[in-house]
Amino acid sequence: MGSRSSRAAVIPDVDSIRRETGFSQACLLRLHHRFRALDRNKKGYLSRMDLQQIGALAVNPLGDRIIDSFFPDGSLQVDFSGFVRVLAHFRPIEEEDTGMRDPKQPEPLNSRMNKLRFAFQLYDLDRDGKISRQEMLQVLRLMVGVQVTEEQLESIADRTVQEADEDGDGAVSFLEFAKSLEKMNIEQKMSIRILK
Amino acid sequence: MFLLLPFDSLIVNLLGISLTVLFTLLLVFIIVPAIFGVSFGIRKLYMKTLLKIFAWATLRMERGAKEKNHQLYKPYTNGIIAKDPTSLEEEIKEIRRSGSSKALDNTPEFELSDIFYFCRKGMETIMDDEVTKRFSAEELESWNLLSRTNYNFQYISLRLTVLWGLGVLIRYCFLLPLRIALAFTGISLLVVGTTVVGYLPNGRFKEFLSKHVHLMCYRICVRALTAIITYHDRENRPRNGGICVANHTSPIDVIILASDGYYAMVGQVHGGLMGVIQRAMVKACPHVWFERSEVKDRHLVAKRLTEHVRDKSKLPILIFPEGTCINNTSVMMFKKGSFEIGATVYPVAIKYDPQFGDAFWNSSKYGMVTYLLRMMTSWAVVCSVWYLPPVTREADEDAVQFANRVKSAIARQGGLVDLLWDGGLKREKVKDTFKEEQQKLYSKMIVGNHEDRSRS
Repeated sequence: MGSRSSRAAVIPDVDSIRRETGFSQACLLRLHHRFRALDRNKKGYLSRMDLQQIGALAVNPLGDRIIDSFFPDGSLQVDFSGFVRVLAHFRPIEEEDTGMRDPKQPEPLNSRMNKLRFAFQLYDLDRDGKISRQEMLQVLRLMVGVQVTEEQLESIADRTVQEADEDGDGAVSFLEFAKSLEKMNIEQKMSIRILK
Repeated sequence: MFLLLPFDSLIVNLLGISLTVLFTLLLVFIIVPAIFGVSFGIRKLYMKTLLKIFAWATLRMERGAKEKNHQLYKPYTNGIIAKDPTSLEEEIKEIRRSGSSKALDNTPEFELSDIFYFCRKGMETIMDDEVTKRFSAEELESWNLLSRTNYNFQYISLRLTVLWGLGVLIRYCFLLPLRIALAFTGISLLVVGTTVVGYLPNGRFKEFLSKHVHLMCYRICVRALTAIITYHDRENRPRNGGICVANHTSPIDVIILASDGYYAMVGQVHGGLMGVIQRAMVKACPHVWFERSEVKDRHLVAKRLTEHVRDKSKLPILIFPEGTCINNTSVMMFKKGSFEIGATVYPVAIKYDPQFGDAFWNSSKYGMVTYLLRMMTSWAVVCSVWYLPPVTREADEDAVQFANRVKSAIARQGGLVDLLWDGGLKREKVKDTFKEEQQKLYSKMIVGNHEDRSRS
């Protein structure tokens, strides 16, 4: 009876995904629909190219960094659960998340710390847990393209690393990063609300 | 068994005869009005009845879902995430303001938090972007008893299944053969008619006949698809020496427009049945058919179109500047070729109602024959056509601006989303030049201020 239906039963491991990401059944259905729309050749997983086909992402200066975040550890495919796990970082923080959480359970993916961690790894190209001056320069170069000279960019990178670096090792660790953004309303700026 | 035989053949004969008579009556009943352009209003009645049935079907499914305490999957046509349309500069400034406590009379050059803007925008496009969804069929908010559009199978009750089964029977066993017979009649009449007219000497009589042969055959094809079309503002219909541009959803667009006016078609020469039709049509009146090799040569195309347009005795050209089929929820970039010619442009907006059958041709999913079969097994093709007032290129506009102006007018009238993206994105990646725009905007923010600082 038609192969285009999107049923909850079709999503593999839907309950464990729901628990891990905190997305509601309705949201997961929508995201699954989206996953299948992006998966043009019906492979069951997404490759880098599937994400690169999105026009609006290709014009984003950090598009490649964002795509990289879906393929950790050099993998070449991302299945639906991996896809949703990344998107879960952007789920808005709701009351039930912060209220009575069991401290033994791992932190929800959309907590403030995890959102910061996600932003941090966009800067941290070699995933060593520190943003070096060189990495800062490279990411800045992605954001400005050819519009800014090397000297200007270097001075900007130097200043930024200096301001955030507290223990003087010439690099910004995650804790220093989080500290410099402690006043930021991360919840609002790094959240995307899915319509019910 | 032997005793049944004479009975059998009698019954079979009777059945055969009555079916043939019924069929012929129906054909005549439909074709004759088509020739004279008269309508009995049967299709409108059919449409109203169907709408009532669809509403009932959706209610039943909602009830079924409520009983199981689940939510019905309702597709959203406007996107699945909440977005606010702020510019790059505004958002980054807001992010910085929310992060720092010091007064910002001097906007800092770069902050670690700037990345949040790009990050979130990127994620938003992964969840929902304007282009990817334009190349798949539009999703309906209520079910129209076609299995191809159902997203909530587990909530179908017995009554609904019976109704669906009845629908299948009607569509495949009654409507489909009828429609195929009509289509066959229409196309053969077109080929025969135009060939016959082609033998006449050139002159007013030939033009008159050719126009009417074309019109009659398109009208029969319209009935073959059970197309219920509402034309608006018919006083703006294209005239000789003009170019008619419309948004493109499917090859049926041609039939819909040509059954209400006289057009000269533009297109590539095909082989097979299409080729036969094309060759016959061009005998009766001048259409513009290009060889495959000529299509690449933009100057040649422009030259031939200009020549055609300059001859006021020739019919207006019908062109679809998007270059590809879009799913009728948006209008994508118009290619500037037809807007460079300098003729009067008559924009036309076509909006299909997907409730009765989705007219969008997803050429990567279905071939032409499968598509036509799907069309003929839908309930109907319902659409509205708006003829917009003619426009010409202004002195200070270039072809691209003119094309965008026409595109916006069409999008506004048809209630479609006006996109600047190229329909070619269906098959190719976007060009890198667009990324530079974003980079330029951002650089201005961080370096523009740097220069102010070094100056002061």
